[in-house]
Amino acid sequence: MSSVTANVLYQRRRRTNFTWFYFLFPSIAIMLVFFIYPILLTFLYSFTNLALTGEAAKELKFIGFDNYVHMWEDPTVRISIWNTLVFLMGSAVIGQQVLGFIIALLMKHKNRTFRRVIGTVVLAGWVTPEIVCALCLYSFFGDEGTLNMILEFFGISAVTWLYTVPMLTIILANIWHGTAFSMLVFQAALDDVPNEIEEAAVVDGASRWQILYRIVLPYIKQTITTNAMLVTLQTLGVFGLIYAMTGGGPGTSTTTLPIFMYNQAFVNYQLGYGTAISLLLLIMGVVLSLFYIRSVKE
Amino acid sequence: MVRSKKRWMIITSALLCIALLIAGCSSKGNNSEASSPPASNSPSAEPSQSAEPSPSASPSETTPAEKTTITITYRDDGRGPEGTLYKWIEEVKASYPNKNVEIKQTPIQASEGDYFAKIALALKSPDTAPDIVTEDTFMINSDASAGYLTPMDDRVSGWEDWTNGSFIEALKKGVTASDGKVYGVPYNTDSRGLWYNKQIFKQAGLPEDWHPKNWDEVLQAARTVKEKVKNVVPIWMNMGKATGEATSMQTYEMLLYGTGERLYDDASGKWIVKSQGILDALNFVSTVNKEKLGPPLSKVLNGQAGNTSSREYLPQGKLAISLDGSWIAGNYLSNGAAPWPEYKDVLGFTAFPTNKGQDPGAITLAGGWALSIPANAKHKDEAWDFIKYALNKDNTKKLILASGNITVRADVGKDPEYTAMPFNEISTDFLQKAEFRPAQDKYPEVSTQIQTMVESVASGTSPENAAKKYAQDVTRIVGKDKIVEK
Repeated sequence: MSSVTANVLYQRRRRTNFTWFYFLFPSIAIMLVFFIYPILLTFLYSFTNLALTGEAAKELKFIGFDNYVHMWEDPTVRISIWNTLVFLMGSAVIGQQVLGFIIALLMKHKNRTFRRVIGTVVLAGWVTPEIVCALCLYSFFGDEGTLNMILEFFGISAVTWLYTVPMLTIILANIWHGTAFSMLVFQAALDDVPNEIEEAAVVDGASRWQILYRIVLPYIKQTITTNAMLVTLQTLGVFGLIYAMTGGGPGTSTTTLPIFMYNQAFVNYQLGYGTAISLLLLIMGVVLSLFYIRSVKE
Repeated sequence: MVRSKKRWMIITSALLCIALLIAGCSSKGNNSEASSPPASNSPSAEPSQSAEPSPSASPSETTPAEKTTITITYRDDGRGPEGTLYKWIEEVKASYPNKNVEIKQTPIQASEGDYFAKIALALKSPDTAPDIVTEDTFMINSDASAGYLTPMDDRVSGWEDWTNGSFIEALKKGVTASDGKVYGVPYNTDSRGLWYNKQIFKQAGLPEDWHPKNWDEVLQAARTVKEKVKNVVPIWMNMGKATGEATSMQTYEMLLYGTGERLYDDASGKWIVKSQGILDALNFVSTVNKEKLGPPLSKVLNGQAGNTSSREYLPQGKLAISLDGSWIAGNYLSNGAAPWPEYKDVLGFTAFPTNKGQDPGAITLAGGWALSIPANAKHKDEAWDFIKYALNKDNTKKLILASGNITVRADVGKDPEYTAMPFNEISTDFLQKAEFRPAQDKYPEVSTQIQTMVESVASGTSPENAAKKYAQDVTRIVGKDKIVEK
């Protein structure tokens, strides 16, 4: 009797040992086909002279590390990395995070109608498709755009925003577009901070700043890092917004890595070089994610 | 035992994954071959099925069964059904005698630069390749080397119009690739020079019949306009990456070739990556921008710049001098994009001088477009028959008159209707000394580096630094053994 039970138990355990694979198989297959395979292919192509047209389009040749050597020597790559970092820091890490946090903080303890109205307004930027958002802000910052019309109304002469301060305009555009995400995340986190602790701090005579620095921020530290990672990864790949607003110009002043990669692959027809740059972008994303994941663990 | 079974399971599943992967990748190649015949036969397949139940059907009823559809791809500059090519194809289509062939337009709406990338992608696969494609002659070499186009020597040699001198011999060079084969039939050409607004010149006290002898005189005229006439852009040249080939050809190459220097040294077969000519050309661009003689960067560095200058600024009297192509007059015809009946009196078209006025005194570059048959086209014979009809004398004339381009057919060139068009004679005259872009398959890639270089100078980089970067990028593209410094 007992041996039969043991057998059933054994069989059940054996089944559970394999079932995980059956259930995971579809997702593993999908990951392999749509994620791992393209990355491997990109890796492979980055060592070739793959081109969209010309002799190289017919005969694919392995050219070793030429693309990488060129990337090392190319001053535009350095400019693009710098631009990407400035854009990332300005629009994501500082802009969206800080602004999102401030909005969330200000909305805490406010009445429902207020929260709803403000929440919807901020969310509008987020739900707008990227390209629509780019066109809206293009017409806002354009030569004959809304901003210049307002300035002229007050007697201030028009500024060609997209050409004199291109980086600032795309940073502001991305903040406008993405702040709602951080706001939502921080709203949820702030709601989790127990009122009792805050009340206790107030009783102990802590000022509002002290409460914020000593209690609220440490309490939501995890959320801040997670949000920073998500926002960073989202911003690292921003293409449409910049491409539609400035096209990476004037010159190379707003050429971030995604724009540079596109230009090399589809404007200069150098697909091989473009894939090498895309790997650089991938590595940047991985490094930044690891950095965030580590800081979460700590 | 359990462990080994588990291991087997994992290995089998992993193998399955890999098999799936391989199947997924290779199916691309197989599928296209397998699926293309049904796709190509689809128009004929349907009627043949319907013919089966009624075998008694008369032959006349079965003829529509052989109706083939050929597709023609060209660049739509945003005008859609109002576009010159659209209207012309509709017209040619309506009169096409072979009613068993249906012509379908498959335009690509894109900026000029994007168009070439898009057709390169479309021509790669039999699933997406059209039967006829319009190619800018500078892309023919590159696309032919890539194996995207069908050599047409056998076909053109059997075409009377091609062999009896109807086509201007010199212009056949534009459609002949470096392998010596013909890859397209040209339908237009162009020349470049300085368009200027005589009314603005009069206001500024400049001669209405203007023939600048060197670059200084061009700059001096622009300075005078800036000083004497308010709210007018003195001189416009395309200077952005977004305007693509227009920046390379209308601006940089006109300047570079005007210094006596070239892009490519034919004798040694090498690209010139460093020369005084490059710096002189870039200095001209730099001067125009430093002295604020040019358009605001916000207007000139975007893809619409070419249309902004020719369709807005010039007709509205907001632009004094424009370094542009002969075809812009086509905009001002009654069926053009910006009808402007007074253009023939207000505008002047003069040759662009060499930098110091040295021989040959003036310079122009000629380009043009051709109809080609992709290597992956499904109905090459039908496509060729249509090209022969579309580019006969009458149809070529219709297109040329509507577009304002210069003809590649000598017989159209003599037609009174053609010669009566304003500026046609003068732009055809420029062609006498015309220079062509290097017939090299690397040219399109070098050209995009030119655009990057010119835009960087326009937005403030020093000519020396921009030229250095250009040398570096071109070296990578063409190889260290294919460059020369002068």
